[in-house]
Amino acid sequence: MKSAVIVFPGSNCDRDMAVALEKVTGKKPEMVWHQSADFEKVDFIALPGGFSYGDYLRCGAMSARSTVMKEVIKRAEAGVPVLGVCNGFQVLTETGLLPGALMRNASLHFVCRDVELEVVNDASLFTNGYTAGSNITIPVAHHDGNYYADKETLDALEGEGQVAFRYAEDINGAQRRIAGVLNKKGNVLGMMPHPERMIEPALGGSDGRILFESVMNRLG
Amino acid sequence: MKARIHVTLKNGVLDPQGKAIEHALGNMGFDGVEAARQGKYIELDLAAGTTKEAVDEMCRKLLANTVIENYSIELE
Repeated sequence: MKSAVIVFPGSNCDRDMAVALEKVTGKKPEMVWHQSADFEKVDFIALPGGFSYGDYLRCGAMSARSTVMKEVIKRAEAGVPVLGVCNGFQVLTETGLLPGALMRNASLHFVCRDVELEVVNDASLFTNGYTAGSNITIPVAHHDGNYYADKETLDALEGEGQVAFRYAEDINGAQRRIAGVLNKKGNVLGMMPHPERMIEPALGGSDGRILFESVMNRLG
Repeated sequence: MKARIHVTLKNGVLDPQGKAIEHALGNMGFDGVEAARQGKYIELDLAAGTTKEAVDEMCRKLLANTVIENYSIELE
């Protein structure tokens, strides 16, 4: 499985993402700078966490309109799997590839700790290694993870199985405790928690590794 | 010419920063603040002849996130 990690000015989890992908897939991902209009054909694209463009205007707003994202959007619409973590999730909502928006945490505090997540969908490309209803532990580190969408959108997300993960308890004010959302087709996942920071016991646990392995199992 | 753009959160969207401002004003002894909402103000210097439609498109495509925000435009 060939993968790419998109790097924006201000990304800071790009190398963690690259390490996770290399450990699980056995291949170094291509690191793609935000000004690239095109890049190698890959089976998987990751948008990493960080503070791209200094969070100017809104988190992810500038990145979503960057040169490289035109190509990422095109490939996502053609079915290439795209994972956005933390700032990557914010970028995906700003592009419109995922519904909703991520607002300032309701507590106004930056939340940085391991959290319990409930696996809601265990059938998707990204989550088939988990068991629905079980709890996993993945760290979060964000100031703007408060997921918002209107009631109709939330009902549709829940009805269509597009909620991938929920926080076991409220940590940021997110509507219906939503932590991760899939697009309708199931090839795009955005999530605030950082699976790439939980890929081996030395990091505190391996619950995040299962996400990358799930993708590997499907794509080979 | 100039465009003055106000971006505000839609009604019904919780505004934690506005809430914090409301509480701070209360703590400072200002009575009568029933609610505070925080928004953004953006000023653009535009070439003469730029249409309101063009500014509207700028708002829709970048300056506001219409999932959570409303915007208003004043041209002068």
